[in-house]
Amino acid sequence: MSDKIIQITEMNKWFGDFQVLKNINLEVEKNKKIVVCGPSGSGKSTLIRCINRLEEHQEGSIIVDGNELTADTKDIEKIRAEVGMVFQQFNLFPHLSILDNCTLAPIWVKKMPKKDAEDLAIQHLEKVQIADQANKYPGQLSGGQQQRCAIARALCMEPKIMLFDEPTSALDPEMIKEVLDAMVNLAKAGMTMIVVTHEMGFAKEVADEVIFMDEGMIVERAETKEFFANPKSDRTKLFLSQIL
Amino acid sequence: MNKLNFLQPDKNNLNTYLYTGTILVALSIFIVFLNSFFNKDLISFLPGTLSFFLPLILGFIGLHLIRIDHSGLKFLDSINKNINTNNFNAFLSLLIVFVVIKSLPPLLSWFILDANIAGDTKDVCTGSGACWTYIKIWFNRFMYGMYPNAEQWRINLSFIALAFLGTIGFFATEKFKKYLTLYYVVVYPVIAFFFIFFFISGGPIFFDFSYGIIAAVISVIIGFFIPSKFKMYYFIIVPITLYILLKYVFFYEELIELGKLEALEWVETGAWGGLSLTFIVSFFCLIFCFPIGLFLSLGRRSDFPIIKYFSIGMIEFWRGVPLITVLFMSSVMFPMFLPEDMFIDKLVRVIIAISLFEAAYVAEVIRGGLQALPRGQYDAAKSLGMGYWKMHILVILPQALKLVIPGIANTFLALVKDTPLIFVVGLLEIVGMLNLAKTNPEWLGFAMEGYVFASVLFFIICYAMSKYSYNLEQKYKTER
Repeated sequence: MSDKIIQITEMNKWFGDFQVLKNINLEVEKNKKIVVCGPSGSGKSTLIRCINRLEEHQEGSIIVDGNELTADTKDIEKIRAEVGMVFQQFNLFPHLSILDNCTLAPIWVKKMPKKDAEDLAIQHLEKVQIADQANKYPGQLSGGQQQRCAIARALCMEPKIMLFDEPTSALDPEMIKEVLDAMVNLAKAGMTMIVVTHEMGFAKEVADEVIFMDEGMIVERAETKEFFANPKSDRTKLFLSQIL
Repeated sequence: MNKLNFLQPDKNNLNTYLYTGTILVALSIFIVFLNSFFNKDLISFLPGTLSFFLPLILGFIGLHLIRIDHSGLKFLDSINKNINTNNFNAFLSLLIVFVVIKSLPPLLSWFILDANIAGDTKDVCTGSGACWTYIKIWFNRFMYGMYPNAEQWRINLSFIALAFLGTIGFFATEKFKKYLTLYYVVVYPVIAFFFIFFFISGGPIFFDFSYGIIAAVISVIIGFFIPSKFKMYYFIIVPITLYILLKYVFFYEELIELGKLEALEWVETGAWGGLSLTFIVSFFCLIFCFPIGLFLSLGRRSDFPIIKYFSIGMIEFWRGVPLITVLFMSSVMFPMFLPEDMFIDKLVRVIIAISLFEAAYVAEVIRGGLQALPRGQYDAAKSLGMGYWKMHILVILPQALKLVIPGIANTFLALVKDTPLIFVVGLLEIVGMLNLAKTNPEWLGFAMEGYVFASVLFFIICYAMSKYSYNLEQKYKTER
């Protein structure tokens, strides 16, 4: 049990009258890399936003690292601090330099001394190869550099899980590679990752399992090789035939 | 030699067009200039209407002739690009130049040439120009209102001290920079309050608080220049120690009783006035309305219904009533609701009323900034584990406030210019003093000078504020 870091059971979510997530059951073990794919509007982003409680679910339970997420979870901030998230639109803080973007949360949320936080930030920025840009502002960087900075910013909180919400969808084709490289390195270092993406190459390279979602339901979940070699449901086959 | 076509000037005969055009324009300006400054009409031999419009026609033809694209002459090109792009613009440019030339002599004569400043009575003001003697004689009243002449040094000293304490941020050591916000938001207003209300007021109440003022000022000044590891403790221990020392060791009170120290004379707030009162009211309203407005704007977006509807109610109420009513209520109605023995000073009531009134406007301006931020900023801050306050203080407000600097400056300027309204409760700041002075039987008929004087002062204050807000905008510009 202890290695199940995320446990979602019988989870339902509505936006008004519209049910976006239907009866989701999902367990993720430690150090596993999961890729979530599916057509747009299928609820992939909503699902991983629920894991961070950026969206509230109405029914069922979500347990992250032993803590259940409910409306009266007092220290939701503590759970969020353990779950890093990277967004499609980067969402860097434009009023702070790259270095300050990375040190802000460690200093103020984790109460880390400024010096240590800066060392840590430089270390992570070096991993994603933008340490030389540390004193620039987000607006001065290219999209790929911004997204790598966003990854470094999330890593500075030393999270146990990393969530990626279509991290490459807003990027030029040339920049996608540099971001994916950073993510591959992160995967090889043993991070637990849930990645919503359309990059099937990335899925084949690092994912342990692939989840296919459609219309708010998990249609298929399989080992990566199995998923691409012989998908079971017709909907998955159709999707794969279009995307590959 | 190319054929000349005066309807379509071109580059080939550049010099011909240029000379003819320049002469015509110069001639038209010269005619107006002579007419305006020396009252000589060169073209009076022409029929009336024509002589009136001739300069305009001459100048218009002249500008038409020199409108040559890419002439290669830098000066000519810049004129053509800026004031002479087409017939309509040429016409407007000429008109503006003529109006300026025409209006200069009367203005000069009123302000300087025919104005009087010497002497002490209105008898010296015989010319047709302004009577600056009036301003000179009443200057003290316009600055300090009814405040006793002998005690005015207290106002000067307070303002100088506050100005000095306000600039301390420039001298702060690197280590102390992060406490600056706290200083300006909490410590500085408190010191200012002590200064204004206990030093300028004077009387027995001054000595009750004088230890506090002295202790606070000394400790803050020392605190800035001696960086210490125990800042937090420092600011608790030192002021209290100083306070106790002043009160019990230096026998301050005994000195006063023995008559070695004279107590400050009590001046009630009704006697304060003039420009210094404008400054006092504006200053306190500015520093109070901003935090109140900030909390109202956050409250309006809150998830808690009580806070939300309280904020909406406050904002809509204060925005919905005229300021003059609010002031009147604060002075007439409000005391009726207070217990018999309770008394709140009129000036304090006015400051509270204006602060709440302007806070509603500030709140809506800030809300505009909050709404302009993309939702992703909230998501990112939350995903890093920040709670409501950390998210707002570190991520949301710095960006939102930067966006609304022009709007806030707008509100603040309006506030400063609204202060004359406090005359309805009998407080006379500079415009109120002007109105009082112009009804003085000795000095009837000089309202104009007074209003011009007040306009110039207000313009200087407001222009400085607007420049400062522009500087802030530039300073915090980090995008691209």
